[in-house]
Amino acid sequence: MGDALLTPFLSNDFMLRALLAGVLVSIACAVAGTFVILRGLAFIGDALAHGVLPGIALGILIGFPGVLGAAIGAAVMIGGITLITQRSRLSSDTAIGLLFVGMLALGVAIVSRSSSFSGDLTRILFGEILGISLTSILVQAAATVVIGAIAIICARPFLLLSFDPEQAEVAGFPVRLYHNIMLFMIAVTVIVSFQTVGTLLVFGLLIAPAGAGALLARRIEVMMAWAALFGTLSMYAGLLISYHFNLAAGAAITLVTVLIFFIVFIVQNTRSRRAVTRREPAHG
Amino acid sequence: MDSREATLAPSGKVAIPYVEARRLVIGYPNEVVVPDVSFTLKQGEAMALIGTNGSGKSTLLKTLVGLLPPLGGSISVFGKAPGGERARIAYLGQFHASAFVLPIRAVDVVRMGRFPWHGLWQRMGHQDDEIVAGAMRAMGIEDLADLPLRSLSGGQQQRTYMAQVLAHRADLLVMDEPTSGLDAGGRELFLQAIHGEIARGASVIMATHDIEEEAALCHQVILLARRVVAIGVPNEVITAEALLETFGIVVTGDQKLRVLECKHDECERFGTKKPR
Repeated sequence: MGDALLTPFLSNDFMLRALLAGVLVSIACAVAGTFVILRGLAFIGDALAHGVLPGIALGILIGFPGVLGAAIGAAVMIGGITLITQRSRLSSDTAIGLLFVGMLALGVAIVSRSSSFSGDLTRILFGEILGISLTSILVQAAATVVIGAIAIICARPFLLLSFDPEQAEVAGFPVRLYHNIMLFMIAVTVIVSFQTVGTLLVFGLLIAPAGAGALLARRIEVMMAWAALFGTLSMYAGLLISYHFNLAAGAAITLVTVLIFFIVFIVQNTRSRRAVTRREPAHG
Repeated sequence: MDSREATLAPSGKVAIPYVEARRLVIGYPNEVVVPDVSFTLKQGEAMALIGTNGSGKSTLLKTLVGLLPPLGGSISVFGKAPGGERARIAYLGQFHASAFVLPIRAVDVVRMGRFPWHGLWQRMGHQDDEIVAGAMRAMGIEDLADLPLRSLSGGQQQRTYMAQVLAHRADLLVMDEPTSGLDAGGRELFLQAIHGEIARGASVIMATHDIEEEAALCHQVILLARRVVAIGVPNEVITAEALLETFGIVVTGDQKLRVLECKHDECERFGTKKPR
């Protein structure tokens, strides 16, 4: 039994690298995902995850780094949403939706020019965690440090922003500035995580572990810690499942993440019901 | 004279104007809510804004704290444009976006009241902890400190928000319906706390529907109905006629002034029924 749980990582370098990259992605997604959940930014998180597609696709086609392409895609996405929201009477939801489908379609159109269309598209959407390079791990590590530093430096304004944006503004923390810093943090997470878990699945890692953490925690720091733990557990279990059952690694990881969320949800709901039943006086 | 009036009586110190509005026009882009407001709020004074929903109370408070730009006229807070002295202002709005989702304890909410003095970096010390604990005691929620905000009742949450305002130790307290959802005990603690803040030298401006107690304790009252109906000391301003003009409602009661908001068949509009 112990062999089945540890040997795949100890005897295969690619599995160990995948686990290391996965843990880093989990920590970054735990921090950024916490604020995605608390500020109701799930839609923009999803849109960002897809909006980076054309940039990455262009990188593959022309031959520049995917991370750079993803950064350009994210910048166009955030810029477009801001422009439409500020210069029209449309809500940010509409702006996000427009950019979302537009960028996704553009990405698929660009990839379709590639000679290995389906292979490239699968790689972008679902990542290549089993083929992750040491350089990519180092980039991921640097990005995780940056994301952690932003969360620590901006802890007070981010907390106030999640609690009540108006109060944040009155307290001297400009809402637009810190909202944009938060978006930047989410964008960096998506950009550097796509090589590991792909643009489609990074969204799952942003919201599922943080969502489960929100059900359990009484404090934001604890919510982040739960999210990092659930994310890391998903990486480990997903990679093992992928190894033993020959399944796509990215998909297996995301499935475990969502499964953990539902387990936490059911356990938490059951505990709450029991607590209510205990508090209610006996009838008759 | 009861002790409350004695506490609130002018102390004899030279009162410094904290807020000065002159022919101030408030509202949103393309929508003027109140066209002409002029008043002065001095140090150690309390002011109540009274009016129906949509009468301009919240708009005036948001303009005062710098959340909305003035559309015309002038307003200064501590001698500067609104938003220029943010650390000196405690603001309690009507709505808190994520009280249900946010994993946060009551004590953490109250601690947020100290953030404006410490900015991004400065660590909070023992003195801050004492101020936070004192504010929670003042609102009777010291036993709820470690409980998650989302597990508290609406009234307990409102007490927590009020404790946050007290923990700020601000020079100007700006509050939008601070006693909504509070029970009788909570309202009494709120009134005591406001007396304490005024005695400390702070000024208070609040929107309220409570004409009997909250407005009566204030030095000045502004009656709003998308325009200034009346402004002045409560005894002179809160008259049956002015209230009818402000609310368009029926005023009832022989001993005390009670205001019932008109809801369809529950009362008749001003003009069709005279006040008793």
